[in-house]
Amino acid sequence: MIRITRSAAAVAAASALVLTACGADEDTSNGNNGNGAEGAEAESLVLYSGRNEELIQPLVDQFEDESGIDVEVRFGDTAELAAQLLEEGEATPADMFLAQDAGALGAVAQEGLFTELDQDLLDRVPELYRDDADAWVGLSGRLRTLIYNTELVDESELPETVEELTGPEFEGRVGIAPTNASFQSFVTALRVAEGEDAAEDWLEQMADNDPQYREKNGPIVSDVIDGALEMGLVNHYYLYAQAEELGMEPAELPAANHLFGDGDVGALMNVAGAGIINADNDAAAELLEYFLSEEGQQYFVDETAEYAMIEGFDAPEGMPALEELDVPDIDLNQLDDLESTIQMITESGMAG
Amino acid sequence: MLACLTTGVALLPLFYLVVRATEYPAADFLDAVFSARSSRLATTSLALTATVTSLCLVIGVGMAVIVTRTSIPLRRSLAVAAALPLAVPSYVAAFGWQSMNQLVNPGTTFEGFLAATVVITTVTYPYVFLPAAAALMRVGPAQEEAARALGRGPVNTFFTVTVRQAAPAITSGGLLCAIYVIADFGAVSILRLDTFTRAVFTSFSMGFDRLGGIALSSVLLVLTMVVLLVEGRFRRTSTRYAAIGTDGGSSPMRLSMGRWGVPAVVLAWSVVFISLAVPGTALTYWAYRGVSTPGSLAEVAGAFGNSLWVAALGAAATTLLAVPLSLFIARRGSLLARGLERLAYLAHSLPGVVIGLSVVMLGISVVPALYQTTWLLVLAYCTLMLPLALGPAAAAALSAPAELEEAARALGKSSLTAYLRVTLPLMAPGIGSGFLLVMLTVIKELPATLMLRPTGFDTLATRLWTYTGNESLAAAAPFAVLLVLLAAIPAWLMISQMLKEEK
Repeated sequence: MIRITRSAAAVAAASALVLTACGADEDTSNGNNGNGAEGAEAESLVLYSGRNEELIQPLVDQFEDESGIDVEVRFGDTAELAAQLLEEGEATPADMFLAQDAGALGAVAQEGLFTELDQDLLDRVPELYRDDADAWVGLSGRLRTLIYNTELVDESELPETVEELTGPEFEGRVGIAPTNASFQSFVTALRVAEGEDAAEDWLEQMADNDPQYREKNGPIVSDVIDGALEMGLVNHYYLYAQAEELGMEPAELPAANHLFGDGDVGALMNVAGAGIINADNDAAAELLEYFLSEEGQQYFVDETAEYAMIEGFDAPEGMPALEELDVPDIDLNQLDDLESTIQMITESGMAG
Repeated sequence: MLACLTTGVALLPLFYLVVRATEYPAADFLDAVFSARSSRLATTSLALTATVTSLCLVIGVGMAVIVTRTSIPLRRSLAVAAALPLAVPSYVAAFGWQSMNQLVNPGTTFEGFLAATVVITTVTYPYVFLPAAAALMRVGPAQEEAARALGRGPVNTFFTVTVRQAAPAITSGGLLCAIYVIADFGAVSILRLDTFTRAVFTSFSMGFDRLGGIALSSVLLVLTMVVLLVEGRFRRTSTRYAAIGTDGGSSPMRLSMGRWGVPAVVLAWSVVFISLAVPGTALTYWAYRGVSTPGSLAEVAGAFGNSLWVAALGAAATTLLAVPLSLFIARRGSLLARGLERLAYLAHSLPGVVIGLSVVMLGISVVPALYQTTWLLVLAYCTLMLPLALGPAAAAALSAPAELEEAARALGKSSLTAYLRVTLPLMAPGIGSGFLLVMLTVIKELPATLMLRPTGFDTLATRLWTYTGNESLAAAAPFAVLLVLLAAIPAWLMISQMLKEEK
């Protein structure tokens, strides 16, 4: 027993040593930050990423190679990471937060955890896709679409507006993911564009139309491809991810994205974005700058099949260009009243 | 004293949870908790818990009787195979059943109450089977023979003598099943059954309302208390049966199955086969359907090593905390002892993300130096898994009565020596199987691991999460397979340790 205690003490002492060593390491790296880009090797930052590792790590690797800055990425689900950040508060080890959707960024911004971003950087991105108070900025865009199985559904049957989905001809045929952030943003947009009553009506009628509930966008898309579902409301890029997994071109799949037109709320453009937490870490600012650089934006277009946020880029393959899109004119900043949206979704009975 | 201390350590996060929950505005809390939706969700949770637990009791005890009390061919193989479904995480099983359904009945969906019942039962019945089999093996023939000699028939004897002695083990297994069902999120979210745990997660993912989520999880604690009350009722009716030493080397009484033998065996094997084959086939399907691959062999090996490392560490720590508590519970029937035990079970009924967040609070405010290190992750495992180690250890402590330790002390040994040389060896098998059970569960754990791991630290479970999150099912498949294989090792060790004891 005594031996055990002694070795336990040894372990404790050793870990304390290791910890102090690590702490000292961080101190020097932080100290070097002030010395500018020359001391680049010692620079580092911690990034909390709510985006999947497969989607973002290659770009981070590219950045590390080019800048010599060491990026430690902590991956998690966007919502859980936001909760963790809020819990950590000022003491968070994170220098930067990268999120799947504007709602999570809004929640973190509301607690005052983000620092104000550089105006030059912000100016590259249309106002529609960034925070009013300059706390976060969109990095890539994803369009809401209606994915449908091309063998089960004829193009002529497809609706022009989301409104039509509540009609009897779509009863039991449409997949939705009401607990998913992307659906919630869409509902908020609906409230902003059409008014509270209209949004409430839509949700109620939709809920009565026997929609096929799924947990996330992914299962809707794979079920549409497999023919278990005829159609569903999702983000455009899931089709591309599925095609890649199946080793096929998106056009070879028995599924396609149908775009709502005429500025219909159904075609909302949402963003994945980021904000900086630690204002003193220049490396974080550099990474954000890189995400919005030509290289970074091209990566999102090519690799994740998303829309670039700065001008002069082609649309992801197979999608119409940003300028040609008839996206609704909805400021993402107006999407931050999630609470009422959630209440509305819950009351409609969609969230179980 | 030591027992209070160790329980205190393990339940520290629970304390922080309460602190946080009280910060939530009372009016909002009452609104959320006493809504029509809440009561519907709670009803679903309780119904699912009751159904799955009953099924698990029937399957688990039935299976245990077959492998310990009959002389069917391949009895031992059945015993080993029956323990293995414990290694399949519920989310993998649920995915598996859905993929399988897609292959067999394309165009239909596999979801809802019935689906969840089937899936969760197939992965949780070993919680009953293992302790029940262990207990049935330990029940010596002496009392059974006495009952027979007094004129009771074999079946009557079996139910009034044998099963009754195994009852504490069976009820504690049933309790684990029930609490597992209450806390499970993986399977019910995939199978789209709205239970209370889903509501807790929804308040995180919808609206980022973490305090609301925490407050809502207090309802899970209430549900668990209901289950504990039910279990306590059963337990009170069963007396303790301490049996020391061997029963003269005679083998336990075996029932003759007669014409029921064949159907029983076929049924038992088909349960095992379905529980293992469905997820297995689905994983194979993933691997062949997709073209994605894991980054490198090093990535797979690293995740494997990390899983093994944190699981061993978590199991060691949890066991260390559980041993003093189990002795305390076994030797003092006091209110405090029972209270501590109940508390340990309560923490087990909370979803991993809630425990994870409370450890985040604790870490960031009290021990920032340990935040996002393996140590705090291990603490979360202790909180979550304590009852898994506690159950078998407490059962073992019952068979190591204090009188023996006192006798050793009376013979001049120091109390430490007496403890180390008398009590601990008697408890060893129970402690061992508790250790293995925790290890197995840690390997499968995801939400707390995701939240508390050191940045950049990946286990098999987190890799599986990464790849399935991006629809890269083929890349996910090897991790899922390795995870199940790794978790199968403790399950296999547990059952084979048990079979070795059998005379």
